[in-house]
Amino acid sequence: MNQTTHGALSFRCLTTVWILLLVLTGITVGVSHLDLGAINIWAALGIATLKASLVVFYFMHLKHEPRLLVICLFITLLTLATFIGLTFFDVLYR
Amino acid sequence: MAKLNDRGFLQASNRQPLLFDWIFSVDHKRIGLLYLYSVSAFFLVGMMLGLLIRLELIAPGPTIATAQTYNALFTLHGVVMIFLFIIPGIPAAFGNIMLPLQIGAQDVAFPRLNLLSWWLYILGAFMALTSLFSGGGPPDTGWTFYVPFASETPTNVSLALLAVFIIGFSSILTGVNFVTTIHRLRAPGMHWGRLPLFIWSLYATAWVQILATPVLGITVILVMVERLIGLGLFDPARGGDPILYQHLFWIYSHPAVYIMVLPAMGVISEIIPVFSRKPTFGYKAIAASSVAIAAAGSLVWGHHMFVSGMSDTAIMVFSLLTFLVAIPSAVKVFNWVATLYRGSISLEPPMLFALAFVFLFSIGGLTGLVLGSASADVHVHDTHFVVGHFHYIMFGGTGFAFFAALHYWLPKIFGRMYNMKIATIAWAIIFVGFNLLYFPMMLVGLHGMPRRYYDYLPQFQNLNVIATVGSWVLAIGLLLMFVNLYRGIRRGTAAGNNPWQAATLEWVVTSPPPEENFSQPPQVSHDPYDLQQAGKP
Repeated sequence: MNQTTHGALSFRCLTTVWILLLVLTGITVGVSHLDLGAINIWAALGIATLKASLVVFYFMHLKHEPRLLVICLFITLLTLATFIGLTFFDVLYR
Repeated sequence: MAKLNDRGFLQASNRQPLLFDWIFSVDHKRIGLLYLYSVSAFFLVGMMLGLLIRLELIAPGPTIATAQTYNALFTLHGVVMIFLFIIPGIPAAFGNIMLPLQIGAQDVAFPRLNLLSWWLYILGAFMALTSLFSGGGPPDTGWTFYVPFASETPTNVSLALLAVFIIGFSSILTGVNFVTTIHRLRAPGMHWGRLPLFIWSLYATAWVQILATPVLGITVILVMVERLIGLGLFDPARGGDPILYQHLFWIYSHPAVYIMVLPAMGVISEIIPVFSRKPTFGYKAIAASSVAIAAAGSLVWGHHMFVSGMSDTAIMVFSLLTFLVAIPSAVKVFNWVATLYRGSISLEPPMLFALAFVFLFSIGGLTGLVLGSASADVHVHDTHFVVGHFHYIMFGGTGFAFFAALHYWLPKIFGRMYNMKIATIAWAIIFVGFNLLYFPMMLVGLHGMPRRYYDYLPQFQNLNVIATVGSWVLAIGLLLMFVNLYRGIRRGTAAGNNPWQAATLEWVVTSPPPEENFSQPPQVSHDPYDLQQAGKP
């Protein structure tokens, strides 16, 4: 991939993402103190997914990659989510 | 002995010692052959173990093995056959050789990664074999390594698990390589609608390898951690969940069944049109069904766990999803049969193995539906019915497709033809032996004989004797086939570039193919099964 097409991310953008990640980490810790029953796992995984997406899209430059690569990664994440979802689905109804 | 004018990629380069020329080669054809020799060797090892298992079961009580030895035998048979033969069998051996040839490329996208994948495979195989003679002795858990037994047994399970972990990496590398190659290195004119169906099946398989194999890696690491420091991950007394292990294991191991059988279906889709002298019926449906099987097949792992204590709701959902996989599988079978219909069928050895595949796979698939419906599964779970069923799929399916591929492509790879008459006789012996061996297994399972015991009640003996005799017939047929193929590649008559008059690209180049495959990228101008165009790019 040609490096010049990437367009360097601005300092402001990177800092904003970093602060967002810190806030989300705080929320993760906060949520873990609440007892929401089955929702707990959704919250934890949801926040973790959001954080991972921020890292992948901004810090790892996926935002600037070709569409095909984004689709490939999305398929991977969707598969993982399905695997985890179907497994927890069993636990939920046990 | 007929002299071949051009030995193509088999020609020694004289740059370094012959052995190094092979084991450090980055040529996809040589790596494919390394895989082919390796998987064939492990197939023979697994076959010997299978014969010993059958010999033990010829009579009730200890015959040749004690309970512990028997447990080790079936564990080893499973590990060798699954991880060292069936999974890499067709994709890593024939896929490696044929993928670049069929799409008009010079090599795979990452040739060095390809070589690394073979070395990882050999390292893993070496460790698996070492686990037999070291530590607490050969593992006795079955190839499924179920906890809590696998985390507690004193046998050398940790090393075997590490071996599986490493072989898993080898499989992932092959998958990554194939996906990239198919996306990036197709020759001009080779658009997605012209990909040979073998390539479509490899493509679907490669995705499963990439997506599911890491889960296996995580799972075996968890069991190793459990054995080494006892975290209690799977121990309910400490907040763990033993069924979690089964979920994790089957998240990989069920899709792994499709890693095994999809490329086999690809081989059959190549052979049937060529020997019916007709274009494939429903090319798009077969291609799409490969992807559909890979996708749907990744969501059905729970059907291995119907009696494990999983929730009833999950059982119903997994049972339903299992039935859905039958649809794309049946799409393939119907399309093959429709291709045969009114074709000009010639029963040469590759075709005989392919037709046997369709027949045996159908039996295996339909008995799979018995197991996939939860209410019936409760009765036959963990009986020999299951053993019979999966041997019909894995051996009757993938094994026969592997043999079909051997008979179809070896003349291309080595430029020499085997003896057709002996190949046909060997096929007949294998077919009879196979059914003699595995059909009684299903019957004795329906009568209630459980799997994985060295002993059984006297009323099961008759069927077990038939199965054991079948195993001998099968072994004789297999040996005859291998000897005939070996003699063929050593001393057979020159096969010519296109002995079967097929239209896919690998038949355009010389036999054996030249080192660089194509002197210049071929301009693809026709569909893969347009047999009028045989021999033209």
